[in-house]
Amino acid sequence: MKKLRLHGAYRAVRATLKGIRPLPPRISGSGPPATGRKGHAKRRRGIAVSDFVYWAVIAFLFAPLVVLFAYSFNSSKSGSWTGFSFMWYERLFLGSGLLWNAFGNSAIIALGSASAATLLGSLAAVGTSRYSFWYRPYVKSMSFIPMILPEIIVGVSLLVFFAGVGLKLGLLTVWIAHTTFNIPFVYLLVSARLEEFDPSIIEAARDLGATEVQTLLRIILPITMPGIASGFLTAVTLSLEDFVITFFVAGPGSTTLPLFIYSAIRFGVSPVINALSAVMVAGTVLLIYPARNFLKAYAAH
Amino acid sequence: MTRNYGKIYAGPQALWLTVFFAAPLAIIVAYSFMKRDLYGGVLPQASLEAYRSLANPTLLSVAWRTLWVSFIATVFTILIALPCGYSIARSGNQAMRLFLVIVPFWTNFLIRIYAWIAILGNEGFLNDLLKILGLRTNSVQFLYNQGAVILVLVYMYLPYAILPLFSTIDKFDFTLLEAARDLGATRMQALMKVLIPNIRGGLVTAVLFTFIPIFGAYAVPLLVGGKDAYMLGNVIADQVTKTRNWPLASSISMGVTVLTGLAAVIFAATSRRTAQHVVEDSGIGPLSATAGIPSGGQA
Repeated sequence: MKKLRLHGAYRAVRATLKGIRPLPPRISGSGPPATGRKGHAKRRRGIAVSDFVYWAVIAFLFAPLVVLFAYSFNSSKSGSWTGFSFMWYERLFLGSGLLWNAFGNSAIIALGSASAATLLGSLAAVGTSRYSFWYRPYVKSMSFIPMILPEIIVGVSLLVFFAGVGLKLGLLTVWIAHTTFNIPFVYLLVSARLEEFDPSIIEAARDLGATEVQTLLRIILPITMPGIASGFLTAVTLSLEDFVITFFVAGPGSTTLPLFIYSAIRFGVSPVINALSAVMVAGTVLLIYPARNFLKAYAAH
Repeated sequence: MTRNYGKIYAGPQALWLTVFFAAPLAIIVAYSFMKRDLYGGVLPQASLEAYRSLANPTLLSVAWRTLWVSFIATVFTILIALPCGYSIARSGNQAMRLFLVIVPFWTNFLIRIYAWIAILGNEGFLNDLLKILGLRTNSVQFLYNQGAVILVLVYMYLPYAILPLFSTIDKFDFTLLEAARDLGATRMQALMKVLIPNIRGGLVTAVLFTFIPIFGAYAVPLLVGGKDAYMLGNVIADQVTKTRNWPLASSISMGVTVLTGLAAVIFAATSRRTAQHVVEDSGIGPLSATAGIPSGGQA
Protein backbone atom coordinates (compact mmCIF):
# COMPACT_ATOMS: atom_id res chain seq x y z
CA MET A 1 0.00 0.00 0.00
CA LYS A 2 2.69 2.43 1.04
CA LYS A 3 4.81 1.40 -1.91
CA LEU A 4 1.93 2.12 -4.24
CA ARG A 5 1.55 5.57 -2.71
CA LEU A 6 5.23 6.33 -3.09
CA HIS A 7 5.06 5.23 -6.69
CA GLY A 8 2.35 7.82 -7.28
CA ALA A 9 4.55 10.42 -5.64
CA TYR A 10 7.46 9.51 -7.90
CA ARG A 11 5.36 9.96 -10.98
CA ALA A 12 4.06 13.26 -9.71
CA VAL A 13 7.58 14.54 -9.07
CA ARG A 14 8.81 13.33 -12.45
CA ALA A 15 5.92 15.18 -14.03
CA THR A 16 6.65 18.34 -12.03
CA LEU A 17 10.33 18.29 -12.85
CA LYS A 18 9.41 18.06 -16.51
CA GLY A 19 7.19 21.07 -16.02
CA ILE A 20 3.92 19.17 -16.27
CA ARG A 21 1.55 19.86 -13.41
CA PRO A 22 0.51 16.65 -11.70
CA LEU A 23 -3.05 16.08 -10.61
CA PRO A 24 -3.77 17.43 -7.13
CA PRO A 25 -2.53 14.76 -4.70
CA ARG A 26 -5.87 14.30 -2.94
CA ILE A 27 -7.59 13.44 -6.20
CA SER A 28 -4.91 11.21 -7.62
CA GLY A 29 -4.84 9.32 -4.37
CA SER A 30 -1.11 9.71 -3.96
CA GLY A 31 -1.55 11.90 -0.90
CA PRO A 32 -1.36 9.99 2.36
CA PRO A 33 -3.79 10.87 5.15
CA ALA A 34 -2.75 13.59 7.59
CA THR A 35 -1.53 11.13 10.19
CA GLY A 36 0.72 9.44 7.67
CA ARG A 37 2.22 12.78 6.76
CA LYS A 38 3.07 13.55 10.37
CA GLY A 39 5.10 10.35 10.36
CA HIS A 40 7.15 11.71 7.50
CA ALA A 41 7.95 14.90 9.35
CA LYS A 42 11.41 13.82 10.34
CA ARG A 43 13.51 16.42 12.07
CA ARG A 44 16.14 17.50 9.62
CA ARG A 45 18.38 20.49 9.39
CA GLY A 46 16.16 22.44 6.97
CA ILE A 47 13.14 22.04 9.16
CA ALA A 48 15.05 23.30 12.15
CA VAL A 49 15.90 26.46 10.18
CA SER A 50 12.23 27.15 9.48
CA ASP A 51 11.40 26.51 13.14
CA PHE A 52 14.07 28.96 14.16
CA VAL A 53 12.55 31.60 11.86
CA TYR A 54 9.11 30.83 13.29
CA TRP A 55 10.14 31.40 16.89
CA ALA A 56 12.11 34.51 15.96
CA VAL A 57 8.97 35.87 14.27
CA ILE A 58 6.86 35.06 17.31
CA ALA A 59 9.36 36.94 19.48
CA PHE A 60 9.26 39.85 17.03
CA LEU A 61 5.43 39.87 16.98
CA PHE A 62 5.09 39.72 20.74
CA ALA A 63 7.95 41.97 21.84
CA PRO A 64 6.08 45.27 21.34
CA LEU A 65 3.05 43.92 23.17
CA VAL A 66 5.18 42.77 26.08
CA VAL A 67 6.83 46.19 26.31
CA LEU A 68 3.41 47.90 26.33
CA PHE A 69 2.20 45.52 28.99
CA ALA A 70 5.23 46.12 31.23
CA TYR A 71 5.05 49.90 30.88
CA SER A 72 1.36 49.96 31.73
CA PHE A 73 2.48 49.28 35.33
CA ASN A 74 5.05 52.09 35.35
CA SER A 75 4.39 54.71 37.99
CA SER A 76 5.61 57.65 35.92
CA LYS A 77 4.48 59.12 32.65
CA SER A 78 7.90 59.20 31.02
CA GLY A 79 9.59 56.34 29.22
CA SER A 80 11.88 55.47 32.13
CA TRP A 81 10.88 52.89 34.68
CA THR A 82 10.26 54.44 38.08
CA GLY A 83 8.27 51.85 40.00
CA PHE A 84 5.28 49.56 40.00
CA SER A 85 1.81 51.05 40.03
CA PHE A 86 -1.80 50.39 39.10
CA MET A 87 -2.50 54.09 38.66
CA TRP A 88 -3.00 53.96 34.86
CA TYR A 89 -5.56 51.19 35.19
CA GLU A 90 -7.37 53.28 37.77
CA ARG A 91 -7.27 56.22 35.36
CA LEU A 92 -8.49 54.00 32.53
CA PHE A 93 -11.52 52.61 34.32
CA LEU A 94 -12.45 55.59 36.47
CA GLY A 95 -11.18 58.72 34.79
CA SER A 96 -11.55 58.22 31.05
CA GLY A 97 -15.10 59.17 30.14
CA LEU A 98 -14.22 60.14 26.57
CA LEU A 99 -12.52 56.81 25.98
CA TRP A 100 -15.55 54.83 27.10
CA ASN A 101 -17.74 57.11 25.03
CA ALA A 102 -15.64 56.20 22.00
CA PHE A 103 -15.84 52.55 22.98
CA GLY A 104 -19.65 52.84 23.06
CA ASN A 105 -19.66 54.38 19.57
CA SER A 106 -17.44 51.58 18.31
CA ALA A 107 -19.77 48.95 19.74
CA ILE A 108 -22.86 50.56 18.21
CA ILE A 109 -21.21 50.91 14.81
CA ALA A 110 -19.77 47.38 14.89
CA LEU A 111 -23.05 45.68 15.77
CA GLY A 112 -25.12 47.93 13.51
CA SER A 113 -22.93 47.65 10.44
CA ALA A 114 -22.33 43.92 10.92
CA SER A 115 -26.09 43.31 11.15
CA ALA A 116 -26.84 45.31 8.01
CA ALA A 117 -23.96 43.76 6.09
CA THR A 118 -24.97 40.25 7.19
CA LEU A 119 -28.55 40.76 6.04
CA LEU A 120 -27.63 42.22 2.64
CA GLY A 121 -24.61 39.99 2.02
CA SER A 122 -26.30 36.71 2.97
CA LEU A 123 -29.37 37.39 0.83
CA ALA A 124 -27.20 38.31 -2.13
CA ALA A 125 -25.13 35.14 -1.66
CA VAL A 126 -28.31 33.03 -1.74
CA GLY A 127 -29.45 34.90 -4.84
CA THR A 128 -26.24 34.53 -6.82
CA SER A 129 -25.63 30.92 -5.81
CA ARG A 130 -29.03 29.61 -6.86
CA TYR A 131 -30.13 31.79 -9.73
CA SER A 132 -28.69 33.47 -12.72
CA PHE A 133 -29.98 36.85 -13.80
CA TRP A 134 -28.71 39.74 -15.84
CA TYR A 135 -26.85 41.60 -13.12
CA ARG A 136 -25.36 38.55 -11.37
CA PRO A 137 -21.84 39.21 -12.77
CA TYR A 138 -22.15 42.78 -11.52
CA VAL A 139 -23.00 41.60 -8.00
CA LYS A 140 -20.10 39.14 -8.03
CA SER A 141 -17.47 41.61 -9.17
CA MET A 142 -18.81 44.41 -6.97
CA SER A 143 -18.38 42.09 -4.02
CA PHE A 144 -14.72 41.53 -4.79
CA ILE A 145 -13.42 44.97 -5.76
CA PRO A 146 -13.96 46.71 -2.37
CA MET A 147 -11.85 43.99 -0.75
CA ILE A 148 -8.77 44.66 -2.82
CA LEU A 149 -9.03 48.43 -3.20
CA PRO A 150 -6.77 50.28 -0.72
CA GLU A 151 -8.82 51.63 2.16
CA ILE A 152 -7.68 55.18 1.61
CA ILE A 153 -9.45 55.22 -1.78
CA VAL A 154 -12.69 53.92 -0.25
CA GLY A 155 -12.46 56.47 2.57
CA VAL A 156 -11.70 59.45 0.35
CA SER A 157 -14.37 58.56 -2.21
CA LEU A 158 -17.00 58.22 0.53
CA LEU A 159 -15.97 61.55 2.04
CA VAL A 160 -16.30 63.28 -1.33
CA PHE A 161 -19.61 61.50 -1.89
CA PHE A 162 -21.07 62.53 1.48
CA ALA A 163 -19.97 66.11 0.86
CA GLY A 164 -21.61 65.96 -2.57
CA VAL A 165 -24.99 64.76 -1.33
CA GLY A 166 -24.83 67.07 1.67
CA LEU A 167 -24.87 64.39 4.36
CA LYS A 168 -23.37 65.62 7.62
CA LEU A 169 -20.49 63.51 8.91
CA GLY A 170 -21.44 61.58 12.04
CA LEU A 171 -22.49 58.16 13.29
CA LEU A 172 -24.75 57.64 10.27
CA THR A 173 -21.96 58.16 7.74
CA VAL A 174 -19.62 55.91 9.74
CA TRP A 175 -22.32 53.23 9.82
CA ILE A 176 -22.84 53.49 6.05
CA ALA A 177 -19.08 53.26 5.40
CA HIS A 178 -18.61 50.25 7.68
CA THR A 179 -21.59 48.42 6.20
CA THR A 180 -20.12 49.04 2.75
CA PHE A 181 -16.73 47.52 3.49
CA ASN A 182 -18.27 44.65 5.49
CA ILE A 183 -20.69 43.46 2.81
CA PRO A 184 -18.09 41.74 0.57
CA PHE A 185 -16.71 39.65 3.44
CA VAL A 186 -20.14 38.40 4.51
CA TYR A 187 -21.07 37.75 0.89
CA LEU A 188 -17.96 35.67 0.20
CA LEU A 189 -18.12 33.68 3.45
CA VAL A 190 -21.81 32.83 2.97
CA SER A 191 -21.22 32.02 -0.72
CA ALA A 192 -18.43 29.63 0.27
CA ARG A 193 -20.79 27.87 2.67
CA LEU A 194 -23.54 27.66 0.05
CA GLU A 195 -21.15 26.03 -2.40
CA GLU A 196 -20.51 23.21 0.02
CA PHE A 197 -23.95 21.67 0.27
CA ASP A 198 -26.02 19.62 -2.10
CA PRO A 199 -28.53 21.84 -3.93
CA SER A 200 -30.86 18.90 -4.49
CA ILE A 201 -32.06 19.39 -0.90
CA ILE A 202 -33.62 22.65 -2.01
CA GLU A 203 -35.20 21.02 -5.04
CA ALA A 204 -36.59 18.30 -2.79
CA ALA A 205 -38.10 20.92 -0.50
CA ARG A 206 -39.67 22.69 -3.48
CA ASP A 207 -41.03 19.40 -4.88
CA LEU A 208 -42.61 18.65 -1.52
CA GLY A 209 -44.51 21.91 -1.77
CA ALA A 210 -42.43 24.34 0.29
CA THR A 211 -42.86 27.98 -0.69
CA GLU A 212 -39.85 30.15 -1.42
CA VAL A 213 -40.02 31.75 2.03
CA GLN A 214 -40.33 28.37 3.73
CA THR A 215 -37.35 27.04 1.78
CA LEU A 216 -35.32 30.10 2.69
CA LEU A 217 -36.10 30.05 6.41
CA ARG A 218 -36.22 26.32 7.09
CA ILE A 219 -33.70 24.84 4.68
CA ILE A 220 -31.22 27.45 3.49
CA LEU A 221 -30.94 29.49 6.69
CA PRO A 222 -30.04 26.57 9.03
CA ILE A 223 -27.59 25.15 6.50
CA THR A 224 -25.79 28.44 5.89
CA MET A 225 -25.82 29.43 9.58
CA PRO A 226 -22.07 28.73 10.11
CA GLY A 227 -21.25 30.95 7.14
CA ILE A 228 -23.61 33.66 8.32
CA ALA A 229 -22.20 33.52 11.84
CA SER A 230 -18.60 33.73 10.68
CA GLY A 231 -19.56 36.55 8.31
CA PHE A 232 -21.16 38.48 11.15
CA LEU A 233 -18.20 37.97 13.49
CA THR A 234 -15.71 38.92 10.79
CA ALA A 235 -17.74 42.06 10.12
CA VAL A 236 -17.80 42.99 13.82
CA THR A 237 -14.02 42.52 14.01
CA LEU A 238 -13.31 44.53 10.87
CA SER A 239 -15.54 47.32 12.07
CA LEU A 240 -13.90 47.51 15.51
CA GLU A 241 -10.47 47.54 13.84
CA ASP A 242 -11.04 50.09 11.14
CA PHE A 243 -9.15 53.32 11.37
CA VAL A 244 -8.43 54.63 7.87
CA ILE A 245 -11.94 54.72 6.40
CA THR A 246 -13.47 55.88 9.68
CA PHE A 247 -10.92 58.69 9.86
CA PHE A 248 -12.39 60.25 6.71
CA VAL A 249 -16.09 59.75 7.33
CA ALA A 250 -16.34 60.46 11.08
CA GLY A 251 -17.48 63.81 12.35
CA PRO A 252 -17.71 65.44 15.77
CA GLY A 253 -19.47 63.15 18.22
CA SER A 254 -18.79 59.98 16.26
CA THR A 255 -15.29 59.23 17.52
CA THR A 256 -14.68 55.49 17.56
CA LEU A 257 -12.11 53.73 19.73
CA PRO A 258 -9.40 53.60 17.02
CA LEU A 259 -9.94 57.33 16.35
CA PHE A 260 -9.64 58.03 20.07
CA ILE A 261 -6.40 56.06 20.28
CA TYR A 262 -5.14 57.94 17.22
CA SER A 263 -5.72 61.34 18.82
CA ALA A 264 -4.10 60.12 22.05
CA ILE A 265 -1.01 58.97 20.11
CA ARG A 266 -0.74 62.35 18.42
CA PHE A 267 -0.34 63.92 21.87
CA GLY A 268 2.54 61.57 22.60
CA VAL A 269 2.93 58.38 24.59
CA SER A 270 0.20 57.99 27.17
CA PRO A 271 0.32 55.31 29.85
CA VAL A 272 -3.49 55.12 29.87
CA ILE A 273 -3.26 53.82 26.31
CA ASN A 274 -0.69 51.30 27.59
CA ALA A 275 -3.22 50.10 30.14
CA LEU A 276 -5.95 50.02 27.50
CA SER A 277 -3.68 48.01 25.19
CA ALA A 278 -2.91 45.51 27.92
CA VAL A 279 -6.63 45.05 28.60
CA MET A 280 -7.37 44.67 24.89
CA VAL A 281 -4.56 42.16 24.31
CA ALA A 282 -5.70 40.16 27.32
CA GLY A 283 -9.26 40.27 25.96
CA THR A 284 -8.02 39.03 22.58
CA VAL A 285 -6.21 36.11 24.18
CA LEU A 286 -9.25 35.20 26.28
CA LEU A 287 -11.45 35.33 23.18
CA ILE A 288 -9.23 33.24 20.92
CA TYR A 289 -7.76 30.80 23.40
CA PRO A 290 -10.96 28.74 23.82
CA ALA A 291 -11.18 28.58 20.03
CA ARG A 292 -7.77 26.89 19.85
CA ASN A 293 -9.37 23.52 19.21
CA PHE A 294 -11.28 24.90 16.27
CA LEU A 295 -7.96 26.13 14.96
CA LYS A 296 -6.67 22.62 15.35
CA ALA A 297 -9.69 21.15 13.59
CA TYR A 298 -9.19 23.64 10.81
CA ALA A 299 -5.48 22.96 10.65
CA ALA A 300 -6.04 19.20 10.54
CA HIS A 301 -8.59 19.68 7.80
CA MET B 1 -41.06 26.28 -12.80
CA THR B 2 -40.00 28.48 -9.93
CA ARG B 3 -39.74 32.19 -10.36
CA ASN B 4 -36.35 33.82 -10.53
CA TYR B 5 -35.94 35.13 -7.00
CA GLY B 6 -32.25 35.84 -7.53
CA LYS B 7 -32.90 39.44 -8.51
CA ILE B 8 -34.94 40.02 -5.36
CA TYR B 9 -32.30 38.46 -3.09
CA ALA B 10 -29.33 40.24 -4.65
CA GLY B 11 -31.15 43.52 -5.28
CA PRO B 12 -30.59 45.24 -1.92
CA GLN B 13 -26.85 44.51 -1.87
CA ALA B 14 -26.44 45.55 -5.51
CA LEU B 15 -28.26 48.80 -4.79
CA TRP B 16 -26.22 49.48 -1.64
CA LEU B 17 -22.88 48.90 -3.33
CA THR B 18 -23.94 50.94 -6.35
CA VAL B 19 -24.86 53.94 -4.23
CA PHE B 20 -22.12 53.75 -1.59
CA PHE B 21 -19.26 52.17 -3.50
CA ALA B 22 -19.61 52.56 -7.28
CA ALA B 23 -21.10 56.07 -7.22
CA PRO B 24 -18.38 57.51 -4.92
CA LEU B 25 -15.71 55.97 -7.17
CA ALA B 26 -17.45 57.42 -10.22
CA ILE B 27 -17.35 60.84 -8.52
CA ILE B 28 -13.60 60.44 -7.99
CA VAL B 29 -13.17 59.62 -11.68
CA ALA B 30 -15.28 62.63 -12.68
CA TYR B 31 -13.51 65.02 -10.27
CA SER B 32 -10.12 63.97 -11.59
CA PHE B 33 -11.13 65.50 -14.95
CA MET B 34 -12.37 68.79 -13.49
CA LYS B 35 -10.88 72.07 -12.34
CA ARG B 36 -10.40 72.81 -8.67
CA ASP B 37 -12.57 75.34 -6.90
CA LEU B 38 -10.95 77.70 -4.45
CA TYR B 39 -12.22 76.41 -1.09
CA GLY B 40 -12.54 72.70 -1.79
CA GLY B 41 -14.95 71.25 -4.30
CA VAL B 42 -14.67 71.47 -8.06
CA LEU B 43 -15.71 73.68 -10.95
CA PRO B 44 -17.86 71.88 -13.50
CA GLN B 45 -15.37 72.30 -16.34
CA ALA B 46 -13.57 69.52 -18.14
CA SER B 47 -9.82 69.77 -17.63
CA LEU B 48 -6.71 67.66 -17.62
CA GLU B 49 -5.01 69.99 -15.15
CA ALA B 50 -5.12 67.46 -12.32
CA TYR B 51 -3.34 64.87 -14.44
CA ARG B 52 -0.80 67.38 -15.69
CA SER B 53 0.07 68.35 -12.12
CA LEU B 54 0.81 64.69 -11.36
CA ALA B 55 4.12 65.24 -13.11
CA ASN B 56 5.51 67.55 -10.45
CA PRO B 57 8.83 66.36 -9.02
CA THR B 58 7.73 66.24 -5.36
CA LEU B 59 4.78 64.02 -6.20
CA LEU B 60 6.87 61.79 -8.44
CA SER B 61 9.43 61.29 -5.70
CA VAL B 62 6.66 60.33 -3.26
CA ALA B 63 5.24 57.92 -5.85
CA TRP B 64 8.67 56.41 -6.37
CA ARG B 65 9.19 56.10 -2.62
CA THR B 66 5.79 54.45 -2.22
CA LEU B 67 6.60 51.86 -4.86
CA TRP B 68 10.04 51.25 -3.39
CA VAL B 69 8.84 50.95 0.22
CA SER B 70 5.97 48.64 -0.82
CA PHE B 71 8.35 46.48 -2.82
CA ILE B 72 10.98 46.17 -0.08
CA ALA B 73 8.43 45.61 2.69
CA THR B 74 6.64 42.94 0.62
CA VAL B 75 9.89 41.12 -0.18
CA PHE B 76 10.94 41.08 3.48
CA THR B 77 7.48 39.98 4.58
CA ILE B 78 7.29 37.09 2.12
CA LEU B 79 10.85 35.92 2.78
CA ILE B 80 10.14 35.77 6.52
CA ALA B 81 6.60 34.41 6.17
CA LEU B 82 7.55 31.52 3.90
CA PRO B 83 9.66 29.53 6.41
CA CYS B 84 7.13 30.49 9.08
CA GLY B 85 4.20 29.01 7.19
CA TYR B 86 6.31 25.94 6.46
CA SER B 87 7.21 25.56 10.11
CA ILE B 88 3.56 25.79 11.21
CA ALA B 89 2.42 23.34 8.53
CA ARG B 90 5.02 20.77 9.54
CA SER B 91 4.56 21.23 13.26
CA GLY B 92 2.83 18.64 15.40
CA ASN B 93 1.00 21.41 17.21
CA GLN B 94 -0.43 23.54 14.44
CA ALA B 95 -3.26 24.97 16.54
CA MET B 96 -0.89 26.43 19.13
CA ARG B 97 1.45 27.84 16.50
CA LEU B 98 -1.42 29.44 14.61
CA PHE B 99 -2.76 30.85 17.85
CA LEU B 100 0.57 32.55 18.55
CA VAL B 101 0.50 34.23 15.13
CA ILE B 102 -3.12 35.29 15.46
CA VAL B 103 -2.92 36.98 18.89
CA PRO B 104 -0.76 39.92 17.74
CA PHE B 105 -2.68 39.97 14.48
CA TRP B 106 -5.94 40.35 16.35
CA THR B 107 -4.63 43.15 18.50
CA ASN B 108 -5.96 46.52 17.46
CA PHE B 109 -4.22 48.00 14.45
CA LEU B 110 -3.44 51.35 16.08
CA ILE B 111 -2.27 49.77 19.30
CA ARG B 112 0.33 47.82 17.35
CA ILE B 113 1.58 51.03 15.74
CA TYR B 114 1.50 52.74 19.12
CA ALA B 115 3.59 49.92 20.59
CA TRP B 116 6.34 50.69 18.10
CA ILE B 117 6.22 54.38 18.94
CA ALA B 118 6.58 53.42 22.61
CA ILE B 119 9.64 51.33 21.73
CA LEU B 120 11.39 53.51 19.15
CA GLY B 121 10.44 56.96 20.45
CA ASN B 122 12.95 59.45 21.84
CA GLU B 123 11.85 58.59 25.36
CA GLY B 124 10.97 55.07 24.38
CA PHE B 125 12.01 51.67 25.60
CA LEU B 126 14.98 51.25 23.29
CA ASN B 127 16.55 54.60 24.15
CA ASP B 128 15.89 53.87 27.82
CA LEU B 129 17.66 50.54 27.45
CA LEU B 130 20.66 52.09 25.67
CA LYS B 131 21.03 54.66 28.46
CA ILE B 132 20.76 52.05 31.20
CA LEU B 133 23.42 49.97 29.48
CA GLY B 134 25.56 53.08 29.28
CA LEU B 135 25.89 52.89 25.51
CA ARG B 136 24.35 56.30 24.97
CA THR B 137 23.86 59.45 26.95
CA ASN B 138 21.56 61.27 24.53
CA SER B 139 18.53 59.88 22.68
CA VAL B 140 18.81 58.32 19.25
CA GLN B 141 16.15 59.24 16.70
CA PHE B 142 14.82 55.84 15.65
CA LEU B 143 11.44 57.07 14.45
CA TYR B 144 10.48 59.30 11.54
CA ASN B 145 12.48 57.74 8.74
CA GLN B 146 11.94 55.26 5.97
CA GLY B 147 13.54 52.40 7.89
CA ALA B 148 11.03 52.74 10.72
CA VAL B 149 8.18 52.74 8.20
CA ILE B 150 9.44 49.54 6.55
CA LEU B 151 10.00 47.83 9.92
CA VAL B 152 6.49 48.63 11.17
CA LEU B 153 4.87 47.72 7.83
CA VAL B 154 6.59 44.32 7.88
CA TYR B 155 5.39 43.90 11.47
CA MET B 156 1.81 44.77 10.53
CA TYR B 157 1.58 42.57 7.44
CA LEU B 158 3.53 39.45 8.42
CA PRO B 159 0.40 37.59 9.57
CA TYR B 160 -1.41 38.50 6.32
CA ALA B 161 1.33 36.62 4.48
CA ILE B 162 1.87 33.80 6.99
CA LEU B 163 -1.75 32.62 7.07
CA PRO B 164 -2.33 32.07 3.33
CA LEU B 165 1.15 30.54 3.00
CA PHE B 166 0.47 28.18 5.88
CA SER B 167 -2.87 27.07 4.49
CA THR B 168 -1.44 26.20 1.05
CA ILE B 169 1.73 24.59 2.41
CA ASP B 170 -0.48 22.53 4.72
CA LYS B 171 -2.32 21.10 1.70
CA PHE B 172 0.98 20.20 0.04
CA ASP B 173 1.84 16.52 -0.06
CA PHE B 174 5.24 16.34 1.64
CA THR B 175 6.02 12.87 0.29
CA LEU B 176 6.68 14.72 -2.98
CA LEU B 177 9.70 16.32 -1.32
CA GLU B 178 11.02 12.97 -0.23
CA ALA B 179 10.42 11.57 -3.68
CA ALA B 180 12.36 14.48 -5.18
CA ARG B 181 15.24 13.80 -2.78
CA ASP B 182 15.20 10.11 -3.64
CA LEU B 183 15.39 11.04 -7.29
CA GLY B 184 18.57 12.95 -6.57
CA ALA B 185 17.43 16.52 -6.06
CA THR B 186 19.31 18.52 -3.42
CA ARG B 187 17.26 19.95 -0.54
CA MET B 188 17.27 23.35 -2.19
CA GLN B 189 16.28 21.94 -5.58
CA ALA B 190 13.45 19.97 -3.98
CA LEU B 191 12.12 23.09 -2.26
CA MET B 192 12.49 25.36 -5.27
CA LYS B 193 11.28 22.96 -7.96
CA VAL B 194 8.66 20.96 -6.10
CA LEU B 195 7.39 22.92 -3.12
CA ILE B 196 7.37 26.46 -4.53
CA PRO B 197 5.49 25.66 -7.79
CA ASN B 198 2.91 23.71 -5.81
CA ILE B 199 2.16 26.54 -3.40
CA ARG B 200 2.12 29.24 -6.08
CA GLY B 201 -1.51 30.09 -5.36
CA GLY B 202 -0.84 30.84 -1.71
CA LEU B 203 2.31 32.74 -2.62
CA VAL B 204 0.43 35.01 -5.02
CA THR B 205 -2.31 35.57 -2.44
CA ALA B 206 0.28 36.45 0.20
CA VAL B 207 2.03 38.93 -2.11
CA LEU B 208 -1.26 40.57 -3.02
CA PHE B 209 -2.44 40.76 0.59
CA THR B 210 0.74 42.54 1.61
CA PHE B 211 1.61 44.65 -1.42
CA ILE B 212 -1.81 46.24 -2.02
CA PRO B 213 -2.53 47.47 1.52
CA ILE B 214 1.08 48.61 1.92
CA PHE B 215 0.88 50.50 -1.36
CA GLY B 216 -2.17 52.36 -0.05
CA ALA B 217 -0.66 52.79 3.43
CA TYR B 218 -1.75 55.85 5.36
CA ALA B 219 -1.54 55.45 9.14
CA VAL B 220 1.92 53.84 9.38
CA PRO B 221 3.85 56.48 7.38
CA LEU B 222 1.83 59.21 9.11
CA LEU B 223 2.60 58.04 12.65
CA VAL B 224 6.08 56.53 12.44
CA GLY B 225 7.36 58.09 9.22
CA GLY B 226 6.76 61.80 9.37
CA LYS B 227 6.96 64.19 6.42
CA ASP B 228 10.14 62.73 4.94
CA ALA B 229 8.67 59.25 4.69
CA TYR B 230 5.21 60.21 3.43
CA MET B 231 3.59 57.85 0.96
CA LEU B 232 0.90 58.38 -1.68
CA GLY B 233 -1.87 57.66 0.82
CA ASN B 234 -0.72 60.61 2.94
CA VAL B 235 -0.57 62.90 -0.09
CA ILE B 236 -4.13 61.97 -1.06
CA ALA B 237 -5.34 62.57 2.49
CA ASP B 238 -3.58 65.95 2.71
CA GLN B 239 -4.98 67.05 -0.65
CA VAL B 240 -8.47 66.14 0.49
CA THR B 241 -8.49 67.49 4.02
CA LYS B 242 -5.84 70.22 4.11
CA THR B 243 -4.99 71.66 0.70
CA ARG B 244 -8.49 70.79 -0.46
CA ASN B 245 -7.43 70.20 -4.04
CA TRP B 246 -10.00 67.53 -4.79
CA PRO B 247 -9.20 67.07 -8.48
CA LEU B 248 -5.54 66.39 -7.65
CA ALA B 249 -6.51 63.99 -4.83
CA SER B 250 -8.83 62.27 -7.31
CA SER B 251 -6.19 61.93 -10.01
CA ILE B 252 -3.68 60.45 -7.55
CA SER B 253 -6.40 58.09 -6.31
CA MET B 254 -7.00 57.07 -9.92
CA GLY B 255 -3.33 56.25 -10.28
CA VAL B 256 -3.33 54.13 -7.12
CA THR B 257 -6.56 52.40 -8.19
CA VAL B 258 -5.25 51.62 -11.67
CA LEU B 259 -2.06 50.15 -10.24
CA THR B 260 -4.02 48.10 -7.71
CA GLY B 261 -6.34 46.90 -10.47
CA LEU B 262 -3.34 45.97 -12.58
CA ALA B 263 -1.91 43.93 -9.70
CA ALA B 264 -5.26 42.16 -9.32
CA VAL B 265 -5.43 41.38 -13.03
CA ILE B 266 -1.90 39.99 -13.06
CA PHE B 267 -2.86 37.97 -10.00
CA ALA B 268 -5.98 36.59 -11.66
CA ALA B 269 -4.02 35.70 -14.79
CA THR B 270 -1.14 33.99 -13.04
CA SER B 271 -3.14 31.98 -10.59
CA ARG B 272 -6.51 31.46 -12.30
CA ARG B 273 -8.09 31.78 -8.90
CA THR B 274 -11.37 33.23 -7.81
CA ALA B 275 -12.17 35.46 -4.89
CA GLN B 276 -13.44 32.39 -3.11
CA HIS B 277 -10.04 30.72 -3.26
CA VAL B 278 -8.43 33.85 -1.95
CA VAL B 279 -10.75 33.85 1.04
CA GLU B 280 -10.04 30.18 1.68
CA ASP B 281 -6.29 30.61 1.35
CA SER B 282 -6.23 33.69 3.48
CA GLY B 283 -7.65 31.70 6.35
CA ILE B 284 -10.49 34.20 6.74
CA GLY B 285 -13.02 31.53 5.89
CA PRO B 286 -13.35 28.62 8.26
CA LEU B 287 -11.25 30.34 10.89
CA SER B 288 -13.14 33.53 11.18
CA ALA B 289 -16.01 32.07 13.16
CA THR B 290 -13.58 31.21 15.86
CA ALA B 291 -10.64 33.50 15.36
CA GLY B 292 -12.18 36.31 13.39
CA ILE B 293 -9.20 36.97 11.24
CA PRO B 294 -9.62 40.37 9.73
CA SER B 295 -8.45 40.95 6.25
CA GLY B 296 -8.51 43.43 3.44
CA GLY B 297 -5.89 45.34 5.23
CA GLN B 298 -5.42 48.84 6.43
CA ALA B 299 -2.18 50.63 6.80
